[in-house]
Amino acid sequence: MSTDHLPESAGGPGHGTLTKDAAAEDPFKDPGLPEYRPRVTDLDTRAAKRAERQVALLFLIAFAGIIGSMVCYTFVSNTEIVRITGLGTVNANNLALGLCLGFAFLALGGGAIHWARTLMTDVDLVQQRHDMKSDPASTAEAVSEWKQGVADSGFTKYPLIRRSLLTAMLALPLPAVWLLRDLGPLPGTNLRHTLWTEGEKLVNPNTKKPLRAEDITVGTLAMANPEALYAPEVKEQGIYNNQLAKAAVLVVRLPKEALKGSEEQRKRQWDWSVDGIMAFSKICTHVGCPVALYEQQTHHMLCPCHQSTFDLSDDGRVIFGPAARSLPQLPIRVNENGELVAVSDFTQPVGPSFWERG
Amino acid sequence: MSATTAPATGDKDREETKTDPVSRWADERLGIYKGTKSLIRKVFPDHWSFLLGEIALFSFILILLSGVFLTLWFKPSMTEVEYHGSYYPLNGVSMSEAFASTLHISFDVRAGLLMRQVHHWAALIFIMAIMVHSLRIFFTGAFRKPREINWLIGFTLLVLGLLEGFAGYSLPDDLLSGTGLRIASGVVLAIPIVGTYLSYFLFGGDFPGTDFIPRLFTIHVLLVPALIVGLVTAHLILVFVQKHTQWAGPGKTNENVVGLPLMPVYMAKAGGFMFVIFGVVFLLAGLVQINPIWAYGPYVPDQISAGSQPDWYIGFLEGSLRMMPNWEWNLWGHTISFNVLIPSLIVPGILFTGYALWPFFEQWVTGDKREHHILDRPRNRPTRTAVGVAGMTFYGVLWLGGGNDLIATHFHLSVEALTWTFRVLVFLGPVIAFWCTKRIALGLQRRDKDKILHGRETGIIKVSLEGEFSEVHEPLSAGERFRLTAHEVQKPLELGPATDENGVPRPGGRGLKLRAKASKAMFSDNVETTVEEYKEIEAGHGHH
Repeated sequence: MSTDHLPESAGGPGHGTLTKDAAAEDPFKDPGLPEYRPRVTDLDTRAAKRAERQVALLFLIAFAGIIGSMVCYTFVSNTEIVRITGLGTVNANNLALGLCLGFAFLALGGGAIHWARTLMTDVDLVQQRHDMKSDPASTAEAVSEWKQGVADSGFTKYPLIRRSLLTAMLALPLPAVWLLRDLGPLPGTNLRHTLWTEGEKLVNPNTKKPLRAEDITVGTLAMANPEALYAPEVKEQGIYNNQLAKAAVLVVRLPKEALKGSEEQRKRQWDWSVDGIMAFSKICTHVGCPVALYEQQTHHMLCPCHQSTFDLSDDGRVIFGPAARSLPQLPIRVNENGELVAVSDFTQPVGPSFWERG
Repeated sequence: MSATTAPATGDKDREETKTDPVSRWADERLGIYKGTKSLIRKVFPDHWSFLLGEIALFSFILILLSGVFLTLWFKPSMTEVEYHGSYYPLNGVSMSEAFASTLHISFDVRAGLLMRQVHHWAALIFIMAIMVHSLRIFFTGAFRKPREINWLIGFTLLVLGLLEGFAGYSLPDDLLSGTGLRIASGVVLAIPIVGTYLSYFLFGGDFPGTDFIPRLFTIHVLLVPALIVGLVTAHLILVFVQKHTQWAGPGKTNENVVGLPLMPVYMAKAGGFMFVIFGVVFLLAGLVQINPIWAYGPYVPDQISAGSQPDWYIGFLEGSLRMMPNWEWNLWGHTISFNVLIPSLIVPGILFTGYALWPFFEQWVTGDKREHHILDRPRNRPTRTAVGVAGMTFYGVLWLGGGNDLIATHFHLSVEALTWTFRVLVFLGPVIAFWCTKRIALGLQRRDKDKILHGRETGIIKVSLEGEFSEVHEPLSAGERFRLTAHEVQKPLELGPATDENGVPRPGGRGLKLRAKASKAMFSDNVETTVEEYKEIEAGHGHH
């Protein structure tokens, strides 16, 4: 039945249809570009006039927006906050400027596109492509010119020059790396040490007052830093953040019966505590975010960055997530004034792993 | 003195065209007419998917402009200062100059917040547009010869865009960006042998130090933008020189390019589109607050907030880190952190390298060394399309995994169960996606074949005199038939017998065998519609 509907030769060749003969020969043949169909604006001058006015109106809106933005910049308050339903709050000046310029740009762009679509030509043009490859004559000419150049230079004739030049050129990139040596000091054993030393007081980061054993009850989570962090020279040397990034600890109090590790672990964990008050490094052993989400009932400590979860009642062991090592515990005791102090530095490096860590 | 005589002007045909004095002045020095005569009416094919790259270009222009504005006030310094500005909640707080100057831009410089938000929104759109544009290129085979170099340039731009985005995100030194840098430093530390040294050189010592933000600033405003500008220029020059690809259709062949002229149509359309992008970004910047650093506060290494999230394009790395099991080896006194290395360097390394090298792999399998200017319909390259969708699924699962904490809190799910789900999905998802996509593509090929041979279903039911019901099929127009059959159906590579009649083994060896296997896997299912089939059906209808 469908043979009845085979395209007739109405449009003629090159106008989107094939002649019956051509179709019979190769029905998949390219019928050529379809015939151009004019738009309303091509045929009706009133439609074209209307499009002209629409484009002009859009450009005038853009002009108004541009001027308006300067008016808003000058007169709209920069301190007033505006609440927009569904989008939250923004500053009034920011809102006014954004609206003025946003609509100005949209109108400008819309005007240009509308102009192109209604009034500029939409007759498809055809241009030929050419292979990217050079034509044989150009290739021959370029190759012979190049060979002439090489011959003139004597690059192949003087091996001594060639080799010495290559040697120098190969060495040339090295200083680009070598000269960067002073970018930083060598790591040395820096990653293994923190500000914690024997007798170093654990102080409250907000009040800078030493923590006392009676401040820490079961269920409390307290933060602590070494008192030495607040020495004036630390700020002066600009190493406050560096030291803080290694030394920060969190302090909890666990009842002895809550401890879960092997007998040896339990004993060590208890020995390093003051009556169950324990200090753990706050720096995640994965990539160094501060662990901060504490589940009081389970004694689980969760790192908000990648959800590594540490069980403080089980020697800081990793129970979930990408961290590979337990949170290091800082051995602490009470000094003669009843203040919590470190017994020593951490016994292992805190924070993320590194090649030399071992 | 013959040299001073004016040249004879007898030849009427060579009379000069009248030009305005400014253009003439320029032409006599630059030869502008010679250089531009073929460009002015250069033809560009039209299709919505060709606009994706333009979105990237125009948002990049906006990033450059708003970025210059921001540098007028931003102070890339980690020197500690006490804040006393308009934002009262942070009054008296100790912070870096970088953070304080960002607050100053946000609260005390009029239009400062707008430009910050324009910069940030445009950056998010920039990377999104690059990615979607590159997927368009991938799925339509626009990377094929002669465009492999431009594919690699585009790929490099994607990587530079990610780097540039992360650098910019890190500059304000707020709590969120500092946390991002902390993670980056942890990743650098995990690199075997040189990681520790690299970290110390980058940060000028211990993390975070006081050198990093000034260094990052130079990289962010000078080094990477210069590279991007250079590569974008090369990218566009190549598009001009190689001419744009086009979709198959009546009158459109591999040897021509059909479309509208640069002057005036593309000038107006692309220029107009640029302002539309500007408009959208400015409206977003005016209406939708982004990166409110004052709410996060300054970076302090021992502070963090729950639900910390990077900008969207870093999300896949974040997810990758989150779902990795905690493998770490200690060997001969050295630590190898697979839990960091694999998700943050090896996985993205493989994903990105594979993406960059795909055109070369495909060319090796097909052995096709011809130029291609007609785009593939994704269905006609089922394996490529399926590989692409599998890659997107892999990326998508990683990206979702980066939000496991937010998904858990929003939908009241266990974060552990979610992480495990993602761990499974990251392997299973791509396989399922590959299989489904390939089946769908082949199904669409068969539907095309059906359309070519039997025409379009009209929905009109005809009752014959005998009472038989049938649907009327309308044959396709010649143009539509050409469009559906214009592509070449890729056949699998046929290997001849292993030895010829003289017992000489076939040359090529293992490589060729591997190629034949890949070719079979990729092309053996393709559906072809031949002229003979068509004629046979037509003839059959005639004899009804």
